[in-house]
Amino acid sequence: MEILETKGIKKSFGGVTAVRGVDLQVEEKEIYSVIGPNGAGKTTLFNLISGFHKCDEGRVLFKGADITNLAPEKIVQLGMGRSFQVTSVFPRLTVFENIQATSLVTGGQGLSLFSDASKMRLKNTEEVLSLVELVDKRDELAGTLPAGDRKKLELGIVLATRPEMLLLDEPTCGMSPVETTGTIELIRKIAREMSLTVLLTEHKMDVVFSVSSHITVMNFGVVIAAGKTEEIRNNKLVQDIYFGSTDQPSGR
Amino acid sequence: MTNANKTKWIAGSAVALALIALPFAVETWISQYYLYLIIKIIVWALFATSFNLVMGYGGMMSFGHAAFYGAGAYTCALLMVKTSCPMPLAFLTAPLAAALAGLVIGYFSVKIKGIFYFATLTLSFAQLLYILVFKWRSFTFGDDGIQGIASPALLSTLDTYVNYYYFALVVSSICFYIMWRIAKSPFGMILRTLRENPERSTFIGVRIQRYRLSAFVISAFFSGVAGALYVFLETSVAPDVFKWSVSGEVLLMGLLGGMHVFFGPALGAVIMVLLNSFITSYTEYWGLFIGITLILIVLFFPQGVGGLINEQLRSTMNRKAA
Repeated sequence: MEILETKGIKKSFGGVTAVRGVDLQVEEKEIYSVIGPNGAGKTTLFNLISGFHKCDEGRVLFKGADITNLAPEKIVQLGMGRSFQVTSVFPRLTVFENIQATSLVTGGQGLSLFSDASKMRLKNTEEVLSLVELVDKRDELAGTLPAGDRKKLELGIVLATRPEMLLLDEPTCGMSPVETTGTIELIRKIAREMSLTVLLTEHKMDVVFSVSSHITVMNFGVVIAAGKTEEIRNNKLVQDIYFGSTDQPSGR
Repeated sequence: MTNANKTKWIAGSAVALALIALPFAVETWISQYYLYLIIKIIVWALFATSFNLVMGYGGMMSFGHAAFYGAGAYTCALLMVKTSCPMPLAFLTAPLAAALAGLVIGYFSVKIKGIFYFATLTLSFAQLLYILVFKWRSFTFGDDGIQGIASPALLSTLDTYVNYYYFALVVSSICFYIMWRIAKSPFGMILRTLRENPERSTFIGVRIQRYRLSAFVISAFFSGVAGALYVFLETSVAPDVFKWSVSGEVLLMGLLGGMHVFFGPALGAVIMVLLNSFITSYTEYWGLFIGITLILIVLFFPQGVGGLINEQLRSTMNRKAA
């Protein structure tokens, strides 16, 4: 059953059309990737789905409900969390506070005025800290963490919103090969344990082909191919347009 | 009780005893003027701390906080001279009027994107109130201000400041305690996320405008209390309380003391009021000294004096723990 569907969504910035009528169908509990060269419109597509930008045309359906142009905070409350290409955390808050603040908002306790936020024992916070393997770093400031841990923390923040679907914009961006493998394993494990649907964009082709069940390929704001991972791997048009040769994609 | 808690309890008790004994020591060994100065510090410390809920915690660059300080002060003064309102009622109404001003100004300001526009709009609102009070002579007495605002005999500052000192101390302590609890609360934590990364806050489900407006109203309420305390200390008020320079001073106190430490702005108030008082007795160019001090602080201790002390305390405690 489809959890997310986009129907002909379009977005222009000034005279530049970034997304030109993209259709997407993501099934529940699958890992789905959107790939394409720089400027293909992947991040804009994410921004349109998550409410960060408003669509000029088209519709976005999430769990059957029309969420087109809904405010991001409302989309989060419906169960869709997202990460950003440039890691987005709260730098001068500790790792614990980053997750705790999110848990408080998720639990509807954000406007509480007189409890001590740091001393509130929230099951959600402890679970997420352990899921993203940051228990030992709970008292460190988020801004002082190495890049890999910051990405993990951002994933933790997203998970603390208790999502049903994750939108991950280049989750391994800037990571070493070892960190990349660890992060992808972590995403896989979390998606399985929490029964989550994952939509991700990624530049590292080996990552994309190893985790995804379906792939959509974009170029210049349009979908040039969509299908199961094997179909995309063997699609000649994709190889020609995206990889610039007819060689099998083997990773970048 | 752990050792750390014991130390905190002993330090807290010592500070409380010192504050209780202070007026007698000052009156006996120094002079009444210094007691007046201490109350002035309390008023500014309260104002600066309330301002910091918006600026230091919420990351909102308000350049118009004088509006709320002035609203509290003028509400009190007008109620006292125009009606037969008793002092306690006037005193309690002041923060409510300031909070109402916070609600109206905040309603428009929190919708604005961009620090510069936010600062400009809040400044404009405060200047608007300044002009209104300045020009509406028939109601506000214009630039003459309002004189002879009498406190009840018990709090009168005609012969001694001692009673008013205790009154200001109790009122401000209650306000500091409430603001401290708010700063540590879930609301305070979410406010800090807005300061750090509002975009991310939106994507954890925070309705930013609602939080910002709430912070604005709470901050305005306590600024109004400071304004009311000021009126009964001076027994007069002039439109200058709304002026941009008052908003600027409270901002400087925050920068001097440190915006990311709860008591930083209060420390900034102590430094500013004392520097102002001592330097003006030698030269009229006290602003020059404040300017130089501020430049040095921003260049070498951007976290402010309070931030610096906090860091030192933390590293000392870490060394002891190790």
